[in-house]
Amino acid sequence: MPNTIHRLDGSEIARVVPCIDQVGVEERVSRITKRSIKKESKTEGLKMILSMIDLTTLEGKDSDGKVKQMCYKAQHLHDAYGDLPTVAAVCVYPSMVSLAKKELGNSGIKVASVSTAFPSGQAPLSVKLDDTRFAVDSGADEIDMVISRGKFHMGEYNFVFDEIAAIKEACGKSRLKVILETGELTTLDNVRKASDIAMYAGADFIKTSTGKIQPAATLPVTLVMLEAIRDFYYKTGKMIGMKPAGGISKSKLGLSYLVMLHEVLGAAWMTNEWYRFGASSLANDVLMQLMKDKTGVYQSKDYFSND
Amino acid sequence: MKNQPNKLAFNAWEYAPAPESTDHIKLKEQYDLFINGKFVKPDSGLYFPTINPATEEKLADVAEANKKDVDSAVKAARNAYDKYWKKMPAAERAKYIYRIARMIQEKAREFSIIESLDGGKPIRESRDIDIPLAAAHFFYYAGWADKLPYAFPNRTPESIGVVGQVIPWNFPLLMAAWKIAPALATGNCVVLKPAETTSLTAYKLAEIIQEADLPPGVVNIISGFGATGSELINHPGVDKIAFTGSTNVGKIIQKAIAGTHKRATLELGGKAANIIFDDAPLDQAVEGIINGIYFNQGHVCCAGSRLFVQESVYDTVVQKLIDRMQTLVVGNPLDKNTDIGAINSRKQLETIQNYIDIGQKEGAEIYQTNCELPAKGFWCNPTLFLNVTQSHQIAREEIFGPVLGVQTFRTVDEVIDKANNTPFGLSAGVWTDKGSKIFNLTTKLRAGVIWANTYNKFDPTSPFGGYKESGFGREGGLHGLAAYVNLV
Amino acid sequence: MAKKKTEVTETESAISNDRLSVLKTYKIYIGGKFPRTESGRYYTITDKSGKNMGNMCLCSRKDVRDAVVAARSALGGWASASAFNRSQVIYRIAEMLEGRRAQFLSEMQLQGLSEKEAVLEINASIDRIIYYAGWADKFQQVFSAVNPVASSHFNFSVQEPMGVIGALAPQNSALLGLVTAIMPIITGGNTCVVLASEKMPLCAVTFAEVLNSSDVPGGIVNILTGSLAELHKHFASHMDVNAVSYYGDDLSVIKTIQETAAINVKRALIYKGLDLQTEKAQNPYLILDTQETKTTWHPIENISGASGGY
Repeated sequence: MPNTIHRLDGSEIARVVPCIDQVGVEERVSRITKRSIKKESKTEGLKMILSMIDLTTLEGKDSDGKVKQMCYKAQHLHDAYGDLPTVAAVCVYPSMVSLAKKELGNSGIKVASVSTAFPSGQAPLSVKLDDTRFAVDSGADEIDMVISRGKFHMGEYNFVFDEIAAIKEACGKSRLKVILETGELTTLDNVRKASDIAMYAGADFIKTSTGKIQPAATLPVTLVMLEAIRDFYYKTGKMIGMKPAGGISKSKLGLSYLVMLHEVLGAAWMTNEWYRFGASSLANDVLMQLMKDKTGVYQSKDYFSND
Repeated sequence: MKNQPNKLAFNAWEYAPAPESTDHIKLKEQYDLFINGKFVKPDSGLYFPTINPATEEKLADVAEANKKDVDSAVKAARNAYDKYWKKMPAAERAKYIYRIARMIQEKAREFSIIESLDGGKPIRESRDIDIPLAAAHFFYYAGWADKLPYAFPNRTPESIGVVGQVIPWNFPLLMAAWKIAPALATGNCVVLKPAETTSLTAYKLAEIIQEADLPPGVVNIISGFGATGSELINHPGVDKIAFTGSTNVGKIIQKAIAGTHKRATLELGGKAANIIFDDAPLDQAVEGIINGIYFNQGHVCCAGSRLFVQESVYDTVVQKLIDRMQTLVVGNPLDKNTDIGAINSRKQLETIQNYIDIGQKEGAEIYQTNCELPAKGFWCNPTLFLNVTQSHQIAREEIFGPVLGVQTFRTVDEVIDKANNTPFGLSAGVWTDKGSKIFNLTTKLRAGVIWANTYNKFDPTSPFGGYKESGFGREGGLHGLAAYVNLV
Repeated sequence: MAKKKTEVTETESAISNDRLSVLKTYKIYIGGKFPRTESGRYYTITDKSGKNMGNMCLCSRKDVRDAVVAARSALGGWASASAFNRSQVIYRIAEMLEGRRAQFLSEMQLQGLSEKEAVLEINASIDRIIYYAGWADKFQQVFSAVNPVASSHFNFSVQEPMGVIGALAPQNSALLGLVTAIMPIITGGNTCVVLASEKMPLCAVTFAEVLNSSDVPGGIVNILTGSLAELHKHFASHMDVNAVSYYGDDLSVIKTIQETAAINVKRALIYKGLDLQTEKAQNPYLILDTQETKTTWHPIENISGASGGY
């Protein structure tokens, strides 16, 4: 059952979310990063990471050529290895959606589009709705929206909630990922608050970052969001997806994210239906690791295409 | 629980074994007593095997000290005290202790592995907690040696003489450090008896003490059973006793030294309350509950073994707790992914299982994870009892294993009463986001260590020790010095 | 049960005055009240010439029990009173004592002290109370600590009262010994049950009257009279007593106390060979003897490796 808009009051949700103790979160994260993932569990994990990647390009200078190259890479991660999954999706600006859709054909790879005046979100709702409808009409399977962080900081939680709900309606059958831009929320309490508002307003996924603000995804932020998803599931029985994005470029770190997912949400979420990595350079590092494990020798970047 | 919760499952991804390599570990076949700077054969000629509780295989034979050996050790300590240690400038004493700290750091990995082999604790804990903390303890107290007058306003602290120390098996090297470091820093000489199931790291420490070139006899380490400990406690040449262990043995010691000149510090049992309010950071609290009771297989005197959850969040907390428990890995202590290792001995396993039986007979609702356990060795899956009351035996007696009893409460006053309703008073935990509530509780809970929004934290600078039947005296920090000096 | 009137031999004053003086009945002090011993027993103390000075309550273990109940129920209020308040209450004891010094002087002389010794003792007693009044809101500052732990936590250690303390006061002192035994205990927020000197109990009972007329709430100090030999083991064995202190040199008493105290890991505080006139008998370390050290941890956000943001 996909998530729907829960007719609630944004400020009501903000008032009742549980508080977060940052030091406790960091301690839990440190236990997770100490998990030692070796041998077959490592290979399995690395392949799973590949299958969960939203291969992303979100630049002013994005061109047809760039998008085409990326779409090819998405389907042919490293043919020399054999038996590799494809990535889950490519993530582009709305103007590139129809091209990406065409390039990916029937590969099964989804096209995700950012929208709502990404990355700042500083535009009127009407513009955001148009932006979203354009992407949906162009064939986007998934919409990555940004929340209004300024309004959030002003305490206008109802505004934030209503905006997400409006975009959700505009998405139709496309799945909605809500970017909290946690680097601008600054506290874990805020991250938790924004997560709950997004989920009750109809988000299918919650996502950490645009990738344009530092810090982007971090393990502590992701832990808090996963726990919010779990609590939402406890209460409603509805599964919400999670997408950490930005700053995850090494396979070892990717595995830690996967361990966290495994230990907080468990089996049902361990697929690209419910978990994504927003990343551009993670894929190649994972491929290098896989090749190293397969061949027994350390790898060089020169042997992996950088599209 | 009232509502059938939406269940999570955690069987998607098995972590492959990631065992710590033991290739570089050097264990002798036989460990002799360390007396007067040398390893010497026991007078009785008797040795006993020390086994790996995870495999039940013998690791080495360890010497058993008898009355004569205890006497030699005490005499060696006395001689070293009179001849070297008492007279040595404090700054020089400090440098010896610093040496020990550094050498433990240098050999940390070896110590961790041996600690896990001999005691059954997960390598993650011996590597990240026990051994670094032991080194830090020596490092901290080394610095005190030449600064003691600053710790005692308007007094001159003087050393006591020969200290007899008896330590338990739950944190073998760390307890040795807690005992030896402040004793040496204050200018005393030491005879230490490790627990019979975990003597190896004590003897590895003896090797370091030898390597650090401490004057012979300043530290003596003698292994054995209760009888050896009793000889040490009762030896007239001992001026001070420091003991960590059960309350029962603590009482025997207190009685045994009555009427003598001996001073004592006792660090005994506990039955700590860990209190979760509805305004707590619940996910971190759940982590604190896990860390509070399943750390070191629950072989922890300050374990948060009585969990009090406010009724309004009871269902949520229990649901989260059970989900978290399912991700705990029980098994090979040397595997880096192991959360819960082997129970220290068959005897302790029987004690724990007996309490688990009692809990069920008392009508508490049991929940255990079903992690697959190795065929050999001593194991206990993490265990939870719901619907426990203060009257249950499992809520009153120290189990010293991975067994948690959960109770509920409604008001602040009620939970303070329940938390204090025990003869013990070692530690307690409080979880709430409200500062004024924390201070209300931390001042009213009758226990020596209070963890607020955290649990089971230790540090060389932080005094540790109990109220009531959890013993007396403090170890660690400035306050830990007082146990080892006479003030004139 | 009825307490016999002290037998009075004829004295000059008795003859020369028209009226018969009213003699004092010496009772014990429990929970702010002056009951007689529940046992109905008494013992008679005499002066140097063998004259009867009074019939004292020969307290039983049940009186110890009643006193411990009173001390336990008074503990919460006293322990949680502000240090400033405790300081003022203790200071008030000294004021009251000063006002009744004549009575204490005469009782001390009745019990064999010279006038000079008695003056010395009452002065030292009053001054000792003032001394401890001053410590009530200071010792914690001197002996507590903020501990710089390596993890991201705020960690501090403070003193807290140990609880109910049984005190066996010095036998060779009429008042100063009693004051020496009581003051460090109550200054630190504990309550106590005190056994007065067996041979010199008069001032102890009068001191109870001083306490009762000062601002010390009932139950904080409970004073019994009777036999040390009979009662010391009951002080040491009571399960609801947190510590027992003994001021004296009797080795067999010391051994029994220490042995018996083990029943509930009671702290046994032995003050052997203590010269009451010296600093050894009056210092803040004596307050520490009936304190527990409590260490509290709490996380601190944003240090220990957490960079800006998180």
